Amino acid sequence: MMASLHPQLQQGLSMELVCPAGNYPSLKAAVDSGADAVYIGFKDDTNARHFAGLNFNDKKAFKALDYARDRGVKVFVAVNTYPQPQGWERWTKAVDLAADLGVDALIAADMGVLGYAAERHPELGLHLSVQGSATNYESLKFYHSEFGIRRAVLPRVLSMSQVRHVASQSPVELEVFAFGSLCIMAEGRCYLSSYVTDQSPNTCGACSPANAVRWEEQPNGGLETRLNNVLIDRYEPGENAGYPTLCKGRFRVEGNTFHALEEPTSLNTLELLPQLQEVGVSAVKIEGRQRSPAYVEQVVSVWRQAIDAMQANPAEYAAKHEWMAALDAVSEGSQTTLGAYSRPWQ
Amino acid sequence: MKLSMGPVLFFWQREAVYQFYRELAEQPVDVIYLGEAVCSKRRELKTQDWIDLGRELAADGKQVVLSSLALIEAESELKTLRRLCDNGDLWLEANDMGAVQMLSERKLPFVSGSAINVYNARSLQALYRRGMRRWVMPVELSGETLAAILTDAQALGFADQIETEVFSYGHLPLAYSARCFSARARNLPKDNCQFVCLEYPQGMPLASQEDQSVFTINGIQTMSGQVYNLLPEVDEMKRIGVDLVRLSPRPEAMAEVIAQYRARIDGTDDGIAAIPADAVNGYWYKSAGLVNTQR
Repeated sequence: MMASLHPQLQQGLSMELVCPAGNYPSLKAAVDSGADAVYIGFKDDTNARHFAGLNFNDKKAFKALDYARDRGVKVFVAVNTYPQPQGWERWTKAVDLAADLGVDALIAADMGVLGYAAERHPELGLHLSVQGSATNYESLKFYHSEFGIRRAVLPRVLSMSQVRHVASQSPVELEVFAFGSLCIMAEGRCYLSSYVTDQSPNTCGACSPANAVRWEEQPNGGLETRLNNVLIDRYEPGENAGYPTLCKGRFRVEGNTFHALEEPTSLNTLELLPQLQEVGVSAVKIEGRQRSPAYVEQVVSVWRQAIDAMQANPAEYAAKHEWMAALDAVSEGSQTTLGAYSRPWQ
Repeated sequence: MKLSMGPVLFFWQREAVYQFYRELAEQPVDVIYLGEAVCSKRRELKTQDWIDLGRELAADGKQVVLSSLALIEAESELKTLRRLCDNGDLWLEANDMGAVQMLSERKLPFVSGSAINVYNARSLQALYRRGMRRWVMPVELSGETLAAILTDAQALGFADQIETEVFSYGHLPLAYSARCFSARARNLPKDNCQFVCLEYPQGMPLASQEDQSVFTINGIQTMSGQVYNLLPEVDEMKRIGVDLVRLSPRPEAMAEVIAQYRARIDGTDDGIAAIPADAVNGYWYKSAGLVNTQR
């Protein structure tokens, strides 16, 4: 029966839920809450969530792999920052370790890293990281023909109709961001953080890094947040203060002070799920390796229920109110948006 | 060492663009990049106009390269890119991997722009194998890293086959988005942007609430608030093996900036008066981009 289905529908039937695991407890939470795959990083700057206290050493990674595998869940490893000559061996070691682990996929962005992996470890499945910044099918053709990638994660810059178009021409499976923090810039092509702090996602796996952050209480009870001394936002007493991510600060443009780039808000595409399946997206990704196990459990559970409901009956699917409420409760600024998928947001 | 002029990253009126290139044809720059690299909605000059203008400048003795869009999302943008690729004689600067793919399929030599992520020699080699013959270093990298990349490229045996270019002057392109921040600042949706960026030939300054200049808004592109200027580093760049120094067009004082760089490259200058005085150079010295390292 399956063979007679339209290929996109076949893909859709197996829409994969890809979940973040910043540490072992989060990995267990993701696996136990219904993830189809989890993605992890190693404890250094080879991945784009290089934060203190996060990620896996080799021993923990083996343990994580066992836990996930025993329960039929795939493990992906992100080695998705851009090595400079001085650090090259760290990246090749990370790729070698991923190969030793026998992970289901290596998520990488840098052409050097992808080339090394393809050459040394041809058995390793390659996914192009969102940091690879491939936003069109010609770009996907490059990574597919050059490195044999099997899947690509699309940057959060495309509208729904653009995702559909890319999917119709793509030589590889597509994974899209479904939920979590919203990068407003094309991933892999944003240096705002290094311009202000000297560390960027590409170079160090960090955006608006914690070591550059200062929270300063004001005499009136308000708060100022700074990044390497640059004022990112100013809060009135009692106002909810957010982490000073550069693109979410309040700045002055033409005499107005406002969120000139983006409000503190999260991406939530729960209501787009049937469309994503219909256009042929193979996997949806939850952002948040820096989040707590409780967050992971909450978010993954909701998405598991939603995907199951959608796959049981796509025509009748609607994002349930209680799912949306549960996701809003854990979202940045308690607000969510469809982001670039929705044209008016752009 | 050659002096190049990058594409105009801001949206200028058609007449201003032609005026700029008429003057530039008389200036001592060796290489001219031109075309729309930021937003496909900007059509004061159409694709054919850019190609025609490029041919005129080439006839004037300049080496001309057509710059292509940095963030390619729509089929219409790929179509424009195909037309540029098929222009017949002028080289292209690829600013998206989609352009790299198209150019290599056509077996055309190309320039890899600063929006292509090359952080090590292995990446550079992958592009070289696909036909890249000149690359512009990503702007967030330092002189030290550049030197190391070129040493590695030498060891890999292709360094002599390519040229290296460094973005040395102007507002640095830092990020690209689906969203248009110029339209947002004017409370307009992107689909009805009314081309407000035409009103900002130097971009829209974005400052902190303490009036510290941080970024420059330029449509879907975010640029550095300050002007980057590596004039004093020209000698060091020569030593490392940089072949071209790139200036990025601003509406002001370009003739003076060209004269300064020309003199520095030719070794005929006497002293430095940076334009503007508050220019920065942090990236070159492995610091935050907005830092001005004392020379």
